[in-house]
Amino acid sequence: MQAETQSGLVAKGFARSALDALLIPTLSILTAVILGGIIIVSVGGNPFLAYYGLIQGSFGSANAISETAVWATPYIFAGLAVALAFKGGLFNIGAEGQLALGATTAALIGYALPEWLGFDLPAAVHLPLVIIVGAAMGAFWAAIVGYLKAYTGGHEVINTIMMNYIALNSISFLLNGPMKDPNPNNVIARTPLIAESAHIAPIFDGLRVHWGFVLSLFAAYFVWWMLNKTTLGFEIRTVGSNPDAAKYAGMNVKRIIILTMALSGLLAGLAGTFEVTGLNYRHELGFSIGYGFDAIAIALLGKSHPLGVVLASILFAAMRNGATRMQFLTQMPVDLISMLQALILLFVAADAIIRYIYRIKSQGERVVLTRGWGG
Amino acid sequence: MDWRRFAFIFLIIVVLFGAVVMVGITKSAPILTVTSMLATTIAVATPLVLGALSGVFCERAGVVNIGIEGMMLAAAFFGWLGAIYMYHVFGFEKWPSILTGLLTAILAGALMGLLHAVLSITYKVDQIIGGTVINILAVGLTGFLNRQLFFGKGSAFGGQIPNSPGNLLNIHVPLTELFTPICAGSTNCSEVVSAINSVLDQRPIAITAIVLVFVSHYVLFNTRWGLRTRAVGEHPKAADTVGINVIRMRYANVLIGGALAGLAGAYFTIESVPSFEPLLTNGRGFISLAAMIFGNWSPIGAWVASLLFGASQALQIKMQLFRDVIPPEWAFLQQSYVVGLIPYILTMIILTGIIGRTTPPAADGVPYEK
Repeated sequence: MQAETQSGLVAKGFARSALDALLIPTLSILTAVILGGIIIVSVGGNPFLAYYGLIQGSFGSANAISETAVWATPYIFAGLAVALAFKGGLFNIGAEGQLALGATTAALIGYALPEWLGFDLPAAVHLPLVIIVGAAMGAFWAAIVGYLKAYTGGHEVINTIMMNYIALNSISFLLNGPMKDPNPNNVIARTPLIAESAHIAPIFDGLRVHWGFVLSLFAAYFVWWMLNKTTLGFEIRTVGSNPDAAKYAGMNVKRIIILTMALSGLLAGLAGTFEVTGLNYRHELGFSIGYGFDAIAIALLGKSHPLGVVLASILFAAMRNGATRMQFLTQMPVDLISMLQALILLFVAADAIIRYIYRIKSQGERVVLTRGWGG
Repeated sequence: MDWRRFAFIFLIIVVLFGAVVMVGITKSAPILTVTSMLATTIAVATPLVLGALSGVFCERAGVVNIGIEGMMLAAAFFGWLGAIYMYHVFGFEKWPSILTGLLTAILAGALMGLLHAVLSITYKVDQIIGGTVINILAVGLTGFLNRQLFFGKGSAFGGQIPNSPGNLLNIHVPLTELFTPICAGSTNCSEVVSAINSVLDQRPIAITAIVLVFVSHYVLFNTRWGLRTRAVGEHPKAADTVGINVIRMRYANVLIGGALAGLAGAYFTIESVPSFEPLLTNGRGFISLAAMIFGNWSPIGAWVASLLFGASQALQIKMQLFRDVIPPEWAFLQQSYVVGLIPYILTMIILTGIIGRTTPPAADGVPYEK
């Protein structure tokens, strides 16, 4: 009896916290949409037509939905990467570099491995290999930062930013030099096309959405399961919320910090890998610019919860995808979307503003996401 | 900043300069290479110095600022826009327009600083997230307005970007003229003097930046204001107890930081090149941040670190000039991506603490709650 009431209370508390978790992001989106509407009116556009175009362009047809899913795939992976790091008390601004490096490595294995070996590989061997190597590269790149954080106290924010630039500079070098598509007509910094055996098939004929999207949903479930149902997940969350407690409880905090970063980088690397294997079939310089920052926004909007990340990714993907239609209907520049996203992020981050506007009481203590430079 | 770090930085700068002198030895005299390299270093380090000073003021007061990049970008855009509007729309002369642009940039930076202050001090948003919001907002805002104002429906400029009224020019220091009688016709002497003169002839923001380094140092370490700022960043509770208004001090310093980042933004579109393109700051704000940490949160340290980063950028620029005489074994220096890595790798090495530990202000990044 006692137990039942208790579990009932817990359930009630859970429902309330779930509602609260949804309430702030929803109101943030709503407020941003209203503000965006005001901006559209102020530059002489029709906000209703613009938003109609946005929705039509993102969900109005089978192709539109497919394209939204195509956009959402890297967002989900990269968003999960940032969210997982948040859970472990780490701010991974480096998803951008990890993603791009994962994509470059995946492309390299995708086009060059058959040449090195001198024979074609079956898809059953080649494709998994490409995915594993791409993911491993992302994991490695992030693990360096995790190692520096764990053993020298070098702050992960500044180090991931530096690693982004190191990655992007190195990739520029590779794509303009050793890895450049040797086709005489090619003037772009891009790799050759990867072998057929490294392609991920589209789910439906004639649409671009590929199995990577389905895998991204699995990844979201896996991250949720790992965080909530495994010892490692418990350790990650404990280190994230209170590293001292984790240490006194006998956890190997250094190892967990490195592992968290590596897992985060692995997810970011997968984001890049699936862009190469499922969509572009090569890596091209500059295609991934901005994914890292979008991923941060997505993780924050999704409150670092895997399901929240999936929903936020679909929202961001829909906005990016519908923007072209919106521009066509109203001549609003697509950059309006970046503004809207920045506003959403602003309100989600500063939920006190939203609580003030809509008179919502605070739910108690503040969640600390990052710490100062000291490490 | 301890002597080991200074020596380390000095050594790397010497190596970078030495590499350029050796590469260009057949094309230009060492003294000329060194002075022109120095002039370029000082010029390209300008936004880095100002950005780093922006960080020093914010963080000494206890507010982490990773939004320097966004503040710079917004200021660069609005400064340029201000100059264009004054010139083309309101029909002002060239110099008043440029000056307005400069002031607009500083104001835009200060406003971004205000936003950061509201988020991180009043609403106690996680300061690193707040800075990220500023960076993303600046990209969205400048991208949107850039497209909308010039190419949008009903644009005053009818689908093309008008010419900016121009940029700030070198201020000439009359060293050569001064030394003409002293040199008394000696070609060697006058060559050396004019080479040194070319280093001193800098543009206004570059000169201001160096002046501001020393002003900031004085203000932070020798005035009541500076003492209060540092107190608020090290131990806000104690500062509050002795009657310092923590919130007001933090607001003021973050606003100053924003204005400094604004001046850094003005460097790009008002001083360096009179045009704007989306994302033109290209990570310089993050390098400033690195320079600030590198310099251990002190203005002079940050300046020296900025000069190091500036030198590695100057090396890339000079290598382009010497392209035709580069010996094959030095050819890799030509590739901007290779030399471009130096600042990033150095920063990471510094952060490991091998070359002296860096110590941020104790309350950096912690919102103050009474």
